[in-house]
Amino acid sequence: MRVSVRVFARLRDIVGAAELEREVPAGASVRRLWDGLVAEFPDAGAYAGSLSAAVNTEYAKMDTELHNGDEVAFLPPVSGGEGVATPRIGRCSTN
Amino acid sequence: MSIARLAVTTERLDLDALIGAVSSAVEADAEGTGAITSFLGLVREHNLGRRVIKLEYEAYEPLAVRTFERIADEITERWPAAQVAVHHRVGVLAIGEASVAIAAASPHRADAFAACRYAIERIKQIVPIWKREFFDGGDVWIEGATADPDDAAAREDAYRRACV
Repeated sequence: MRVSVRVFARLRDIVGAAELEREVPAGASVRRLWDGLVAEFPDAGAYAGSLSAAVNTEYAKMDTELHNGDEVAFLPPVSGGEGVATPRIGRCSTN
Repeated sequence: MSIARLAVTTERLDLDALIGAVSSAVEADAEGTGAITSFLGLVREHNLGRRVIKLEYEAYEPLAVRTFERIADEITERWPAAQVAVHHRVGVLAIGEASVAIAAASPHRADAFAACRYAIERIKQIVPIWKREFFDGGDVWIEGATADPDDAAAREDAYRRACV
């Protein structure tokens, strides 16, 4: 079956495209698709421990089963908002 | 004319429009609006000792908007009378431009402050938006949190930072 793959930010730079189409076996999981991408683009493997995934614009787990025509997104650690993302400071004060 | 309360946009952010949107939302409530807090995140000139030239923000827009909705639902769960509006900008932003605008309205100030702070903390944790920093001598993608909306510890951390 065929799925579309979207990648963002530095992961997009590594893959060299924002969107790909890939064949995966019936019943394949998000992880299977990811492992295939890492085989193709070894530098993407650096995200193994920090990656998030979405299927059809909903967050999904790596063991989520894919279906023909799904849109799968692989997301590096996010950094929206202002300044550096989630600094370990700024604890609440009652002053 | 009403605006989308949760949005990703390439346009300059308009905090007044967000304040108007949350204000009218709470007025339908029995107690009415007693407090509105707002937050504007700006592109800062210095980061980690580097002089920043500009930032480029990129989003996975449909999931970003859905995640804003999720954060708004979490806020309603914790502060039932509070209403929030969030706009995040994408594209190339110069120093001093606003990247994110939040308005929170509530009958009382404590909930309005808390809801606003909670919103920005959660945005930084789980909304699929990324920034690329261009500085003197190069550029780098900034990578912060691994986005996991179901991570209860992260959610708890955001509550703690919201001072509740």
